[in-house]
Amino acid sequence: MGLTMKRRSFIRTTAAASAAVTAAPAIWSEAKAQARNETLLLVTESPPNSMDIQGVGTNRPAYEVSWNTYDRLITYGAKKDANGNDHYDYTKLEPELATDWNVTPTSATFKLRKDAKFHDGTPITAKDVKWSFDRAVSVGGFPTFQMAAGSLEKKEQFVVVDDNTFRVDFLRADKLTMPDIGVPVPVIMNSELCKKNATATDPWAMEWLKNNLAAGGAYKIERWQPGQEVVFARNDDWKNGPMPKVRRVIQRIIPSAGNRRALLERGDADISFDLPSKDFAELKTSPKLTVIGTPIENAMMYLGMNVNQKPFDNVKVRQAVAWAVPYQQIMDSVMFGQAIPLFGGADNKFKGVYWPQKDGYKTDIAKAKALMAEAGYPNGFETTLSFDLGLASTNEPLTILVQESLAQIGIKSTINKIPGANWRGELLKKNMPMITNAFGGWLNYPEYFFFWCYHGQNAVFNTMGYKNPTIDALIDKARFTTGPEYEAAVKGFIDIAFEEVPRVPIFQPLLNVAMQKNVTGYRYWFHRQLDYRQLVKS
Amino acid sequence: MLNLLLSRLATAIPSIVGVVIVTFILTRMLPGDPAAYFAGLAASPQAIAEIRTKLGLDKPLPEQFVAYIGDLLHGNLGNSLSTGQPVVTEIATRLPASAELTLFALILAVAIAIPLGVLAAVKQGTWIDHTCRIVTTAGVSLPVFFTGLLFAYVFYYLLQWAPAPTGRLDVFLSAPTHITGFYLIDSALTGNLEAFWGALSQLALPAISMAIFSLAPLARMTRGSMLAVLGSDFIRTARASGLSPRTVVFTYAFRNAVLPVITTLGMVFSFLLGANVLIETVFAWPGIGLYAVNALITSDYAPVQGFVLTMAVLYVVLNLTIDFLYGLVDPRVRLDS
Repeated sequence: MGLTMKRRSFIRTTAAASAAVTAAPAIWSEAKAQARNETLLLVTESPPNSMDIQGVGTNRPAYEVSWNTYDRLITYGAKKDANGNDHYDYTKLEPELATDWNVTPTSATFKLRKDAKFHDGTPITAKDVKWSFDRAVSVGGFPTFQMAAGSLEKKEQFVVVDDNTFRVDFLRADKLTMPDIGVPVPVIMNSELCKKNATATDPWAMEWLKNNLAAGGAYKIERWQPGQEVVFARNDDWKNGPMPKVRRVIQRIIPSAGNRRALLERGDADISFDLPSKDFAELKTSPKLTVIGTPIENAMMYLGMNVNQKPFDNVKVRQAVAWAVPYQQIMDSVMFGQAIPLFGGADNKFKGVYWPQKDGYKTDIAKAKALMAEAGYPNGFETTLSFDLGLASTNEPLTILVQESLAQIGIKSTINKIPGANWRGELLKKNMPMITNAFGGWLNYPEYFFFWCYHGQNAVFNTMGYKNPTIDALIDKARFTTGPEYEAAVKGFIDIAFEEVPRVPIFQPLLNVAMQKNVTGYRYWFHRQLDYRQLVKS
Repeated sequence: MLNLLLSRLATAIPSIVGVVIVTFILTRMLPGDPAAYFAGLAASPQAIAEIRTKLGLDKPLPEQFVAYIGDLLHGNLGNSLSTGQPVVTEIATRLPASAELTLFALILAVAIAIPLGVLAAVKQGTWIDHTCRIVTTAGVSLPVFFTGLLFAYVFYYLLQWAPAPTGRLDVFLSAPTHITGFYLIDSALTGNLEAFWGALSQLALPAISMAIFSLAPLARMTRGSMLAVLGSDFIRTARASGLSPRTVVFTYAFRNAVLPVITTLGMVFSFLLGANVLIETVFAWPGIGLYAVNALITSDYAPVQGFVLTMAVLYVVLNLTIDFLYGLVDPRVRLDS
């Protein structure tokens, strides 16, 4: 478009604007209006900090970039959830780069798609897959840890059979090995391109891949302005799945939640996660927008108590607290109903092989008082209740309600607000007496959650410092067994967790997303990032 | 004049050295642990230790400081962990955004505040004076993030007069060719009217919110200073000699009254740089304030240090400019030096 054309459209639009002041913001030239129709505008709170999911300190928004631009060997199928919305299906593994695979008790052999190419046109071969898997288990930190969660630990496990065949040898029979190959971490990178940009001190091209893609996935990156926006363009040569419908996706960073909501309501933005529960509750009644709330699998908001400190070393005190939490009030006035209750079940026992599930506690101050007396604290005690200021919009009102309620059974708690940057460090020290926190695991297995949160290995998420050899044995058993033996183990550890109650489950959060009516095809993923590949904008 | 400038520059050097040392120590004393933060969700203590080594945070403080100074001398402010980019490039791309907003707001504020202050002083006790009082009181009482949110709500959400608060340009417009980094200037130079209009309309709400905030001290100072000068002997003499009211007010009174206004202007400018942080968050403005806040939240040392250093340099330049302006306005300042 030449200068004159621009000037003309400018004059036309300004003329229109001055004719009707209210039309001023809608000054799209025709080309722009068309671009608008083929582009999905996503508004979000925080920017990605890398293009490399295996990088040091890569953040969640960067997982989304990686998920949409890179391929993995396999992916997950889809099902409809209870509300008829698309939901990934963790029981169904489906082809992505691999068209077919054969799993034996000792190994898995993958056949790779023959005509698949990276963005630069290089064919994708088994040596690229091996290089990428080698990288994931070698770079250390989160990616290596995630690989190890599926018993993928050594380079020797990854074998190039021929150009189009790749084999993973198992270290042990672990039912998480195959699912772990479909998580965001083991992406397939263009090994030649990476090696070209590697240095002697940086053999895995960590520096280069932070700002550059070596990918072959469904989207390419057209423009990346760190901290401001990422513009994705569809890779029209993509072979590893159905061709995405949306040609361009613009991800703009809008730090203010109020403005994200305004943009959606005015129809200027197409889709957004990251709004407060209250906004989602209100938007659900709006006729202009579609709001989908999906329970976040394997996740819960909980009140944790440090079992290695008095008085929370006493199980009766912990049970008293569990009977004193103002559950329904939290659901109503903190979450505005945007969560699944994890309290008030028929009894305090295992209800099936799924997690999280309802325990038997509800608010019963009389019972809580009786337990306090039994425990030897009829007059209560003083303690502190800490939370992460980074998630203050939920945590702050929640802790205030808990504080008020605990005061009724004589527990005087001081609220301790910890800035987001310090939270992880404080968790690691494991000396906070009482906290509210949330945890969610990628892989939807009860034992996966328990492995992180209750096991005596004392991972950072076992925030209560809980150690119980019986529960450890049951968790370990569940990880490597199947059938009735597996179910018995799961029943065992869930029953103990409810009875001993080192953490009081409160609710299962929802992953809410709001979008324009003309945007369809949204699918919930366990990594809780947006998958652009299934979206349709009509 | 040159000597004055050089001597002022020399006095600025110790302050900059001080800033470098203090920011280094302060950021290290912040209670957050960047290694734990960046190790991600499923980090083991071992993973955190690995990251700490990679970031060089396991070394003793003096060693970290020497490394920092070495980098600084090479013009390297380090890498931001949260955006993954070199701090120098980030500040270079973000500073023009903040500067454009701040300067635009300041020009707007000056253009309203000074005539208002002068009129209020000349027509003391009339409705103009009362208007001035109301405007300034309102200006100081409304925090800038509040006016920003209110404006966005009223003028974007309700009335649709203003464009969506999505940053410096509409999502579907591309930025003008980079010349100065100021979108208004760049688009005007390249004749890109669409971008100029786009940038101007995005700039309007945040700039007006900031202008309202900075208007108050400027108008009050102008009024007060004008009143003092108008009551002095030489103005009485000028009036008695039959000079026209216009000459009396503008040539004699205003020029003498402007010195404290310039001082206030410097202060307001530095206020505005601080207010930027809030207004940038509200309007998704990709400026330096937003960058610094995000860095602080994540205990990301390098950008915080880079930001403070840049600000220190800016203040030094600002002070020099104001000294220089004094000299231009009032010859006595030149003589004193």
